[in-house]
Amino acid sequence: MPQTSFRQPSVLPGFGLTFGFTTFFLSAIVLIPLAALVLMAASMQWSEFVRVVLSPRALGSYRLSFGASLLAASINLVFGFIIAWTLVRYEFPGRKVIDALIDMPFALPTAVSGIALASVFAQNGLLGHYLSLFGIQVAYTWIGVTIALTLIGMPFMVRTLQPAISEVQRELEDAAETLGAGRIYVFRRIILPTVLPAMLTGFTLAFARAVGEYGSVIFIAGNLPMKTEITPLLIVIHLQEFDYQGAAALGFVMLVISFAVLLTINVLHGWGRRHLVATAH
Amino acid sequence: MAASAIPGAIPDELAHRPGRDTWLHVLVRWSLIGVSLAFLAALLLAPLATVFVVAFGRGIGTYLKTFGDEDTRAAIGLTLTTAAVVVPLNTVFGLAAAWCIAKFEFKGKSFFITLIDLPLAVSPVISGMLFVLLFGAQGWFGEWLQDHDISIIFALPGIILATMFVTFPYVAREVIPLMQQLGNDEEEAAITMGAGAWMTFFRVTLPKVRWGLLYGIILCNARAMGEFGAVSVVSGHIRGLTNTMPLQIEILYNEFNFVGAFAVASLLTLLAVLTLIIKTLVERTGYKRR
Repeated sequence: MPQTSFRQPSVLPGFGLTFGFTTFFLSAIVLIPLAALVLMAASMQWSEFVRVVLSPRALGSYRLSFGASLLAASINLVFGFIIAWTLVRYEFPGRKVIDALIDMPFALPTAVSGIALASVFAQNGLLGHYLSLFGIQVAYTWIGVTIALTLIGMPFMVRTLQPAISEVQRELEDAAETLGAGRIYVFRRIILPTVLPAMLTGFTLAFARAVGEYGSVIFIAGNLPMKTEITPLLIVIHLQEFDYQGAAALGFVMLVISFAVLLTINVLHGWGRRHLVATAH
Repeated sequence: MAASAIPGAIPDELAHRPGRDTWLHVLVRWSLIGVSLAFLAALLLAPLATVFVVAFGRGIGTYLKTFGDEDTRAAIGLTLTTAAVVVPLNTVFGLAAAWCIAKFEFKGKSFFITLIDLPLAVSPVISGMLFVLLFGAQGWFGEWLQDHDISIIFALPGIILATMFVTFPYVAREVIPLMQQLGNDEEEAAITMGAGAWMTFFRVTLPKVRWGLLYGIILCNARAMGEFGAVSVVSGHIRGLTNTMPLQIEILYNEFNFVGAFAVASLLTLLAVLTLIIKTLVERTGYKRR
């Protein structure tokens, strides 16, 4: 058992055993495999790496993957707020069931939501049929990709916003209204500043999940190169052609961009909190 | 960090407040409820209904015939096998990780926790690819494995490894904060009074964290049985051998066997519903996710 200043003394036993086991398992399942990816990408020649990750097909897939994910997270920003607000503030028949159902996209396997969404939004599908009357084609277009990503991001937004909305102080709202503030003013100056950090967190989580999503997208996307092909699918195609280096290069780029987005929004989050607290006073 | 459900009813003074029943308030309230319900109906309920409508669309006989198919049965068996290996291992890992993180203070702890959460930030496809890069034909150990006639990729070990990666943090991230919150006092008392380490763990700690543990296990199981992207990359899609239920759904769907695809999907949907019911019941015991 390590008896250095690495850890503080305790009467409880088992640190050596559990720490050793955790470290071993973590290394075997997570860290060594991730290192394999980085090493594989690093073993490429620089020019080859650039050729793969900046190929027109790859650029087209980034545009779709990141664009649709941003759009889906933005849609969730609006509707996720409305749903969370409704669930926290209003009593209506079936509220508890709806509240439990919010987690459905977490629990439902992505292949199931994939084929179900593709059927619902196909041209002869339950909803796709009506949308096609207006000339809107959802399945096999970027709209379908966005809808799938909206569904799987929704729980992140709602679950992050619910506790934040329940923390909004009703007394402040009432006081503001008594003093003559309109609903919109109350929303903008009292509700929004309280829930904004949670909105940013929810947005980040929904976006991060959407960028890497595969199962629920490939059935509703047309999977045409340059048009409806997401980056994860392009990685799969590289792997099927036994081009491991190409796949690793694209995977590496996705990991770097995802971590950069998470980091940026964390920084923004901290800044926003200070800024909003400053203006509120 | 993602979720914190709010069980129970809304307090009366919040739901029905005097002075809040002007026509404008009522209008706003019901518009927002309407928008929420419409959004969820289109994105969530319509797809869920479609699963069962298509699965039973040609009668219950056709539905049941799907499960007479040998490849489909093999897929169900493989999914159950995978979950039976992955869930216990990740449970033991989660408990070990929680014990060393919650019971002791050591340097770099928060970094350690970040590393455990890492798989949540990785795309499923990339998760599967990691093991192809290690053990695939052109991977780091590909040649050695081939020389020794060991197959990991396109075989059961690869499926288990990929599933383990994606479900890795599920138990740990429920149990760690719970154990931290509940503190060490009872364990320290038990040890000081002469109880052994294992007795303390099984008689003191485990009962304290049982609901959080159950919560983590059911989420881990749901993801393990439903994982598609990661498993799809390592499986090789060999019928009757390396197809799990989600992969079998894909194959049936791409063959335009919609009844079959949705029949298998209906089983996984029921699993998801069951998971949510258990989850709601656990939350009812007062256990709250942080």
